[in-house]
Amino acid sequence: MKPAPFAYAKVRTLKEAVALLAKHKDDARLLAGGQSLIATLNMRLSAPELLIDINGIKGLDGIAKKGKFVEIGALARHAQVEHSDIVARHAPLIALAMPHIGHPAIRNRGTFGGSIAFADPAAELPACLLALGGEIDIAGPKGKRKVKADAFFKGLFETALRPQEMVTAIRVPAADKNTRVGFAELARRHGDYAIVGLAASARAGGKGLVDVRLAFFGVGATPVRAKNAEAALASSNIDTAVAALDLAPHDDVQATARVKKHLAGVLLRRVAEQLMEPRP
Amino acid sequence: MSNRVLDISLTVNGERLQTRVDARKTLVDFLREDLALTGSHIGCEHGVCGACTVRVNGEIVRGCLMLAVQCDGGSVETIEGLSDSGEVADLQAAFEQRNALQCGYCTPGMLATAQDLLKRGDVPSRDEIREHLSGNYCRCTGYHAIVDAVEAVAHARAGAKK
Repeated sequence: MKPAPFAYAKVRTLKEAVALLAKHKDDARLLAGGQSLIATLNMRLSAPELLIDINGIKGLDGIAKKGKFVEIGALARHAQVEHSDIVARHAPLIALAMPHIGHPAIRNRGTFGGSIAFADPAAELPACLLALGGEIDIAGPKGKRKVKADAFFKGLFETALRPQEMVTAIRVPAADKNTRVGFAELARRHGDYAIVGLAASARAGGKGLVDVRLAFFGVGATPVRAKNAEAALASSNIDTAVAALDLAPHDDVQATARVKKHLAGVLLRRVAEQLMEPRP
Repeated sequence: MSNRVLDISLTVNGERLQTRVDARKTLVDFLREDLALTGSHIGCEHGVCGACTVRVNGEIVRGCLMLAVQCDGGSVETIEGLSDSGEVADLQAAFEQRNALQCGYCTPGMLATAQDLLKRGDVPSRDEIREHLSGNYCRCTGYHAIVDAVEAVAHARAGAKK
């Protein structure tokens, strides 16, 4: 199918983007990478009056280490993040996840901020952000604010973003020598949305792990932390953690709830082993 | 400042042009309908199949997931351009030789994506070839012949360089 007619405005500044959003409210959509938005326009699942193209805003695509954090601009393309030395060294979980996001042609356009703002429940980056305890920078008509990942993903494609706000950057704690990360997903075809996926982080402490954060995706309306399994993995072993998995996935076109639950356990075993290995 | 119809100027296969497009027109529809460059194919129109793969500013993209108006000021290369310049001539010959196509619908996108991998200059493994082509569906060949063809060209180019 073809998109319904819409108007198009290319903005050059954050201020312009926010002003247009405020003016057109729900009738407008922000166009960043467009790799989900244009697909939904083509299928007429979405028919906004106005597309606000934010690709021309300068300074929103940086990747930098700032103190104890790694900051990724909302307009950083997936391909740029995938090949970033800073991400590879200081945000290894994100580096592990990047090759699983779409395909090369998709990663050349899709943006980090777009993936977070769109909040597809089967997408990799929202789960990574949740596993890392990251935070999201937001700009709106009333100025700027920050929201923690734990409070950002609220429901199916629903986030803490208000209609007139946009994501400007994402921040995650920079890895140190005690940081452990793990990532695995199962998809029908490499690069497709996951049937089930798991992004995890932890810290090496004593003889085991502390601060375990397990963020599953493809198993609910949002990325989901499996808190009982987190506690079990920190205090006990992999078998106990798998037994403690308290996920409640629904059937979807890819798999039944039962299959998803089983696969979540399989992934937890794989990722737990990654978490237990020291980083090179 | 915002409009449903916009004037754009861009380069397509090395040729400068100025034209007027509907904001809602995707890049691949613009190439096929307005410029009669029908080598870029339309399969799924939601980014899954890869038949519409073209290069924009040197990087491969989905022609169905980008608007023509977004290419204002940019440079687009289609399979027609890649063919005419001879950039993919060896890939085309290898595809033909190894029966890496039957109906040919996916081939323009396959060639553009394969060239994107090979222009890095090294010899990728078969796994890397498969991964790079993972976003391009072929419903005829079962992919083996395509991977064979891409691998053969990678070796041939590496040999030619020595």
